[in-house]
Amino acid sequence: MKGVNFLDLRDAGDPVELGALYAQQGADELVFLDITATVEKRKTLSELVNKIAHHINIPFTVGGGISSVQDVQTLLYNGADKVTINTSAFKRPELIHELSSEFGSQCVVLAIDTKQEEDGNWYVYLNGGRTKTEMECFEWAQKAVELGAGEILLTSMNNDGMKNGFAIDITRKLSTELPVPVIASGGAGTMAHFKEVFTDASADAALAASIFHFKEIGIPDLKQYLKENEIFVRI
Amino acid sequence: MRLAIVKYNAGNIQSVLYALERIGATADVTDNPELLKSADKVIFPGVGEASSSMKYLKERNLDKVIADFKQPVLGICFGMQLMCTHSEEGNTECLGIFEEKVKKFPVVNGIKVPQIGWNQIDNLQTSLFDGIDENAFCYFVHSYYAAIGEHTIGTTEYGIQYSSALHKNNFWGVQYHPEKSATVGEKILKNFIEKIG
Repeated sequence: MKGVNFLDLRDAGDPVELGALYAQQGADELVFLDITATVEKRKTLSELVNKIAHHINIPFTVGGGISSVQDVQTLLYNGADKVTINTSAFKRPELIHELSSEFGSQCVVLAIDTKQEEDGNWYVYLNGGRTKTEMECFEWAQKAVELGAGEILLTSMNNDGMKNGFAIDITRKLSTELPVPVIASGGAGTMAHFKEVFTDASADAALAASIFHFKEIGIPDLKQYLKENEIFVRI
Repeated sequence: MRLAIVKYNAGNIQSVLYALERIGATADVTDNPELLKSADKVIFPGVGEASSSMKYLKERNLDKVIADFKQPVLGICFGMQLMCTHSEEGNTECLGIFEEKVKKFPVVNGIKVPQIGWNQIDNLQTSLFDGIDENAFCYFVHSYYAAIGEHTIGTTEYGIQYSSALHKNNFWGVQYHPEKSATVGEKILKNFIEKIG
């Protein structure tokens, strides 16, 4: 079954209201990323997570600034089902193992921001895409899965915000060669792009933000379209 | 109606509590045997690992308390698996309520293990599923499954066909997470509260 996920409720209005609305409209999962999370903001984040969790009846993934078992415990206690980790896991890969042995792999989503450089390779970027590393995307994903990551949230920086479709090649490589679900992110502009990432890249789920926030594509319309195109989705 | 949720070393209890709140129910989250025994209905949820959870339950004598419950009990996901006789996970003897062994999903037909995501529930039996359509979607997260047997009251296909719901006497179990399965899941929880017993 292919999932349609939603990201970053904070951009476009009241996150609690939007979360509830998306859940009601048929979103398969909510992903809430606070990319500017800092220590001072953490308490606010867990309070907000708690409010959203009370109002949604679908899986709820939360990320942003998570770097310890304690951080995750707090978020789960406030109603998150899974967490995403990114920069902190890259800097200290044992974090993945610590979290998966404490909470189970199903709870640990590794987020990767990746960019294809002129040499044709896809590299891992950190700090919300600001810092380049020499690590190749596939290599890092593979290592993270070995350490216990249960899902990969893959964002292509080349495609993000361009509305020209998801990054098919790198998504397909990860989703067909890794034994865990891969959520494709970055580049959705039309309903056909979703179909393409499911059929051509074998993505397990597709994630988008602005096209839903700004009502360019309606969730019920998108899911109906996918169903008509023989993609296995929940209506 | 007094509902109790079994508190033990497994995750996801909070999500169950919030889901009950959304349908207008409240519950005590407790590991106190007397409070559990005296509740009208009990929910045994969980996301966890079999051998460490059984060890935890045994140390507190909760294994016997759960197996001796006389009121309706709903095991959710890992809770349902612990209610079977044995789990391949850590080669663990479980509570022995459902005569069924829990095995790891075979990697066949291109599936990924664990199954994480929405899937359909079929062959629905008993009033737990009143008002739920065949092929309705629920949210699943698991690597191990119970085969189809005499206690099966619902099935799902993931590489193979398996039991996604079990029932024996006052014990009920679902492999998916009704607390995360949108309106279908809310209906199942409501049915357990209002129609079972």
